[in-house]
Amino acid sequence: MTDAAPIITSGLDHFFGTGEARKQAIWDVNLEIAPGKLTVLMGPSGSGKTTLLTLMGCLRDVKDGSVRLLGIELNGAPEKQLVALRRKLGFIFQAHNLHESLTATQNVMMGLQVHGRGDPVKQLAAAHHILGLVGLADRRDYLPGNLSGGQKQRVAIARALVSNPKIVFADEPTAALDKVSGRNVVEMLKALGVQRNTTTVMVTHDNRILEMADRIITLEEGRVVKDVVQPTKPLQLVELTKS
Amino acid sequence: MSRLLQRLFGRLPIGWLQLSHSKARFAAALAGVAFATLLVFMQLGILGALNSSTIAPYSFFDADIIISAEDANTLTDGSNVARSRLFQALGVAGVASGTPLYIGSLDFQLDGGSTASLQTYALDTQGQAFVTRAIAEQFDLLIPENTALIDTAMRGVPTSAFDGLRAGQPFAFEIKGKTLTAVGTLTMGGGFTADGTLFVSDQTFLRFFSGRSSGAPNHILLKVADGAEPDEVVSRLRTILPAEAVKVQTLEEAANADLAYQTTERPTGIIFGFGVLIGIIVGIVIVYQVLSTDVADHLSEYATFKAMGYGQPFFLGIVFEEALVLAVIGFIPGLFFSILLYMGMSAATGLPVEMEIARILSVFVGTLVACCLSGAIATRRLAGADPADLF
Ligand SMILES: Nc1ncnc2c1ncn2[C@@H]1O[C@H](COP(=O)(O)OP(=O)(O)OP(=O)(O)O)[C@@H](O)[C@H]1O
Ligand SMILES: [Mg+2]
Repeated sequence: MTDAAPIITSGLDHFFGTGEARKQAIWDVNLEIAPGKLTVLMGPSGSGKTTLLTLMGCLRDVKDGSVRLLGIELNGAPEKQLVALRRKLGFIFQAHNLHESLTATQNVMMGLQVHGRGDPVKQLAAAHHILGLVGLADRRDYLPGNLSGGQKQRVAIARALVSNPKIVFADEPTAALDKVSGRNVVEMLKALGVQRNTTTVMVTHDNRILEMADRIITLEEGRVVKDVVQPTKPLQLVELTKS
Repeated sequence: MSRLLQRLFGRLPIGWLQLSHSKARFAAALAGVAFATLLVFMQLGILGALNSSTIAPYSFFDADIIISAEDANTLTDGSNVARSRLFQALGVAGVASGTPLYIGSLDFQLDGGSTASLQTYALDTQGQAFVTRAIAEQFDLLIPENTALIDTAMRGVPTSAFDGLRAGQPFAFEIKGKTLTAVGTLTMGGGFTADGTLFVSDQTFLRFFSGRSSGAPNHILLKVADGAEPDEVVSRLRTILPAEAVKVQTLEEAANADLAYQTTERPTGIIFGFGVLIGIIVGIVIVYQVLSTDVADHLSEYATFKAMGYGQPFFLGIVFEEALVLAVIGFIPGLFFSILLYMGMSAATGLPVEMEIARILSVFVGTLVACCLSGAIATRRLAGADPADLF
């Protein structure tokens, strides 16, 4: 199971709008994403990167073609199954979308409580630990309104990773981060791949990240125009969890 | 509060945190709920006053059965009843005694030129057994002609004006150019049809209402014999008395029929009934507005939660939590100001506008239901949407 591709798309199309305004944004995408690897999606603005990412991450209804996510066909899947699948994924969006009235810790805990009540003490400890890893130990009880853009983005990353997702989808996660913390985040994601076989699919324009990617897929006008698998040097791994 | 809700829901009290995060909005929302509650309370208060002032006169009488003209819907409207019906009724098995009841309206001259209309009830000397104790005790005072028991709670006259009377000093006043002497008191107060009440003897009544005759009272009151079932006696009376001329009801039935008539067939009752309805609708609209704005404002956060794998029940939970908080916290000032306004209204109009426990409970439950209902509608927008479309 671990070696099966966690994401397989075949003949995937996507249309926006209806009638006259109907416009195709994704054209016949056929991909197999390898487990435990960092796959980067790149391409010019409007090329369909976000659309493809949200289709693969079951945030958008798959209507034409097929996406198999963790062995489950998304085309025609009932809402209940989608909700269950989403709990196994982690999302990092372009906009951080933190809840304004929850503190950093509470926002991160939302990523844990989706799995049920659980033990609040353990949840709190896990949230604090991961906030420490993204360098926010001293800001963990701040409301988002009192954090900088980069700090908010790091909270969002912690929220996506806290529940040990099988796949992480990230849409330009480093856009709001400085060079060093951007690199740290990507290293963390890579480390998760090695230690826990976590698969990462990331949209990015950032050249510094490209060299760390295991595979780079280039989109243009909704089609895959280039697909390069590249060997990467082993990273000096950061310690992830106490467990 | 936060802790309490966390216990209650077994998760972070997001609804509460969200509401209390922006204080100004929270205050506005609470004011909205409080206002809606107030609106419903006011309308219910007036309707309640109509109800109790309709029922109240029936409580003067201690009788089992009332015979009225076929076209009479209340104590005061419709034709008169022939007194011979009383003698017919007395011949029916189970009827122990009876008395004619005369009702009219007299205008009492107030200081300053205006008048108060007094609902005037008259019974003959047999009538003593047919009134409640407070009046029966003073019944003998009415034997001399032109004497009356007067309503110390009547509208337009401070009750202190009757202090002398209470101390045993009768006072005389003029009505229709004739002198009437107040020899005793009763307490009723103003309603929607009259400003107060008078009790007199049939002889006095006929002197003031020269057009009326002792042979045609407004109603006939009956008592059943010991051991007889009023309902059975009523049906027996119905077979004997012609239905096209008179109707026979127990006193309780008559009061309820009167109430139903006042609230569903008379303009005043219908208007206040509508008022309650409008109050409820305005309330729901306010709460819906508050909650749906809140959902709309947090759409991208909710979309994120949806992307994380939270399902529809979770969002309903948040909105219900908000509805609960708004309902509970908004209800308190609403109730407080309603009680103040009730006191003001009752002082200004003399109507029996009173807060009742049952009303408090039902308005509270109504507020909760309205809040939850609007919450459920407000989250519908989230249900079908792709999370990616919500950002
Ligand atoms: N919700 C939508 N409705 C209609 N058209 C859309 C919608 N979202 C995206 N599109 C269109 O689909 C195409 C692909 O958009 P998408 O957002 O996937 O591009 P992108 O590669 O992520 O661009 P960027 O680098 O600017 O984020 C664009 O032409 C865009 O205008
Ligand atoms: Mg994009």
